[in-house]
Amino acid sequence: MAGRTTGPVLSAEDVTVRFTGRDATVNAVNGVSFTLEAGEVLCILGESGSGKSVTLRALMRLLPARRTQLSGRIEIAGRDVMAMGHRTLADLRGTEVGMIFQEPMVAFDPVYTVGRQIAETIIRHEGTSRGEARRRAIDLLDRVRIPSPERRLRAYPHELSGGMRQRAMIALALCCNPSLLLADEPTTALDATVQIQILLLLRELQRELGMAVIFVTHDVGVAVEIGDRIAVMYGGRFVETGPVREIMHNPRHPYTRGLLSSTVHGSLRGRTLEAIPGSPPDMTRLPPGCAFSPRCQFAEPRCETPPDEFRLTPHHMVRCVRAADG
Amino acid sequence: MTGPGHLPERQEALLAVRELRKYFPVRGGILNRTVGQVQAVDDVNFDVQPGEVLGIVGESGCGKSTTARLIMHLIRADAGRITFDGEPVRPDDTAALREVRRRMQMVFQDSYSSLNPRLPIEDTIMFGPRVHGVSAKAARTRARELFSLVGLDPSQFIRRYPHELSGGQRQRVNIARALALEPRLLILDEAVSALDKSVEAQVLNLLQALRRELGLTYIFISHDLNVVQYMSDRVLVMYLGKVVEIGPTTAIYNRMQHPYTSALLSAMPSMDPDQRTETPPLVGDPPNPIDPPPGCRFHTRCRFAEDMCRHTEPGLEAAAGVQADGSHLVACHMRVAGSGHSLAPD
Amino acid sequence: MTTLDSRQQATVDAAQVAVQSRGYWATVGVRIRDDKVTVACGVVLALIVLSAIFADLIALADPYKASMIKRLAPIGTDGYPLGADEMGRDMLTRLLYGGRLSLFMGISPIVIALAIGGTLGLVAGFLGGRVNMAIMRVMDVFYAFPSVLLAVAISGALGAGIGNAIVSLTLVFIPPITRVTESVTTQVRSLDYVEAARASGAGNLTIIRVHVLSNVLGPVFIYSTSLISVSIILASGLSFLGLGTEPPEPEWGLMLNTLRQSIYVNPWVAALPGAMIFFTSLTFNLLSDGLRSAMDVRL
Repeated sequence: MAGRTTGPVLSAEDVTVRFTGRDATVNAVNGVSFTLEAGEVLCILGESGSGKSVTLRALMRLLPARRTQLSGRIEIAGRDVMAMGHRTLADLRGTEVGMIFQEPMVAFDPVYTVGRQIAETIIRHEGTSRGEARRRAIDLLDRVRIPSPERRLRAYPHELSGGMRQRAMIALALCCNPSLLLADEPTTALDATVQIQILLLLRELQRELGMAVIFVTHDVGVAVEIGDRIAVMYGGRFVETGPVREIMHNPRHPYTRGLLSSTVHGSLRGRTLEAIPGSPPDMTRLPPGCAFSPRCQFAEPRCETPPDEFRLTPHHMVRCVRAADG
Repeated sequence: MTGPGHLPERQEALLAVRELRKYFPVRGGILNRTVGQVQAVDDVNFDVQPGEVLGIVGESGCGKSTTARLIMHLIRADAGRITFDGEPVRPDDTAALREVRRRMQMVFQDSYSSLNPRLPIEDTIMFGPRVHGVSAKAARTRARELFSLVGLDPSQFIRRYPHELSGGQRQRVNIARALALEPRLLILDEAVSALDKSVEAQVLNLLQALRRELGLTYIFISHDLNVVQYMSDRVLVMYLGKVVEIGPTTAIYNRMQHPYTSALLSAMPSMDPDQRTETPPLVGDPPNPIDPPPGCRFHTRCRFAEDMCRHTEPGLEAAAGVQADGSHLVACHMRVAGSGHSLAPD
Repeated sequence: MTTLDSRQQATVDAAQVAVQSRGYWATVGVRIRDDKVTVACGVVLALIVLSAIFADLIALADPYKASMIKRLAPIGTDGYPLGADEMGRDMLTRLLYGGRLSLFMGISPIVIALAIGGTLGLVAGFLGGRVNMAIMRVMDVFYAFPSVLLAVAISGALGAGIGNAIVSLTLVFIPPITRVTESVTTQVRSLDYVEAARASGAGNLTIIRVHVLSNVLGPVFIYSTSLISVSIILASGLSFLGLGTEPPEPEWGLMLNTLRQSIYVNPWVAALPGAMIFFTSLTFNLLSDGLRSAMDVRL
């Protein structure tokens, strides 16, 4: 599948999302650009309200149309997503792109069995026979390690436990062999022992199927477990992107550094944590320049204009005026 | 086997919990009859020493939050004794209960729903002292002191409403509210779990500072093992309503005895891209807490489970040869000499 | 102090957030001010209510004075700006006076029902268990009947008259108000701030007064205003059927009834009381919708 298209699986340029509400306008995403190669796993790491989930949804135009202003250019497998009609878009969502969410119940219709929903999706997109679709569904459930898949096929979504439901949702997302998987905090609601199982499963499936994955999370540990590349998001912008090792061993943006040093681990016992002061920005009134500057200990007059992207290496981007100083 | 016998009721314990039990009935059918029971907390025993931080960890449904609410007497226990500061707490004695509740307070996970949206936060903080008969003037002065204590500038914040604060600021208000009654014991039920990492670190620092300055005792409940390790002196591990292991933090994290504890610890993401986890420590989901498995409750997911684990429930006993003073207890047949488990020490 | 740093962190962004603290009701006020439909409805409603209250100052004629020659005079007749009714009484005057009774009969059952049903719902929701069961099952019995039928049946049993009409309408509106109050209270009761208040040793009455009431009252109040429109229609309906006010009292429902036969002679005049009922009830409804969206303040 990796060789299905030439060039990147996804390219996004200057994606901007604004929500207009009755009291204020939320600047959720403020110019996000990136490309994703086939078979690559990109983790978008950010705190609540940083715009990470909105970015993911914007890629598939899954935001409520009435109060959303979406602009920019998005191409998936060489096709312009912004120009697509609703039918084409819906078709793209089922075949080329699979999606998984934090809450599996949103992906399933509670009144139909899991097996039926997976089989119907296969029939709708590929026009196979009912028997063939059922065989494929069993195969998929087996693949996501659901024990006794034939029996689970007849289960309703609410009859499955949290981890099983998550697995079933992954099966549903993979049923038409997507080349791109979009995952929105799929392990956040799970217990630790289940979370690691799902992460390992996703990693294995990604490798076997050669999918590209965009994985949104707020948890550095999860990002390190699954990502090839990490994009750190703050105030609706990517403030630093780079390979996982680069980000973990050589973080350059003050926010990334703060985030890593304030992530608690046992060896810090007895010491005061290096916390970032202040609170995440109010997305209805972002500062004109660098969104992190009000909390940044290195803030200076230059930060009052939005910092440009600076490339330390071809793969390591930092959006901070100080990075350019070396 | 299980029971108070193994935990000496030391005189100095601030809080002693003995044989605590709470089953929630599960109702169903058209007649709303009881069809099952969630054994949320089943025969739980532990002590909290003055000035220490006891961490309680476990996955969802293990009974850690129920334990907190039972200690606060927000829900009524089915059985068990709770002793606070040397005196047994009698849930029927309203006046005594009021006094006990003054000396132990709780901070909840959801910083938004634990503040009344219609009250300015100053009024929320004044509420507790007012209930206990403090004059409005004194309560207001106290509220201002508390604001400074938790790092919120009184002149900026006192008249604000909860929706005008960020998550971290709201949790500071909740801490101030809990401190308003000058408690000795603070129960922190997932108090930092809903916060962003950068803000979580601030609140943890604040909690550490308050403990030092006010000589507080904490019960720190969390599902995040990193945070518990950072905060706690001792750690208690729960699984499906039972205590499976309890001991000093270093012992639990470095010489864990129970297979569940070690699974929980190895399920933590490594934070090192060169040492990613390769095999999951456990397969499957935690079993349904309604009618849990007999014998050792962990046997359905334990790779060392033997026949006896399916029938005989292990008691909480001193782990052989780990912590000489008997402060490290574990409920596992594998760790008890002569229990009959093939891997048990001789 | 070693901890000063960690303390100061939170205050750093206080300036950044820089909101002048605005109370809940102030926010609601601003929102209502910006909502043109609601403001317009409020103005129209205020005019209707004020003109009913000050009817004797505004009205030019005596509402009971009949005139054989002016019977069913059309709109615009000299001295009868909105025409005259089937007894030759001035329509404008009677509509103004009629507002008094119609509004009184529409609003007072809701006020009484709010007091009774609100208390019952609060008690049922807060205490839960058996008390809740007992109160709510009784309410369910009333629910089994359509409200119009129930009002007519009770009024019929009690006999005609304003007092009885109000009693019957009150009984009709207690169950829905109780139910809404109960469900809101149940939600609020399970929230952490009520737990926290209990943990600080407060008794039930204090908790209800400080923490529950302020959060329940808003939604229940909005719901009740939306019921006023129904109540006005029902009250007029009772009078129309002869179960409310009795002639010659001016009341919109009753006027609609007595003008019924004249609909072919002078349809415009005959429709006037109906139009008043319609507009009053509509403005109440729109106002209640406006309040609902204005009071829905989250974050």
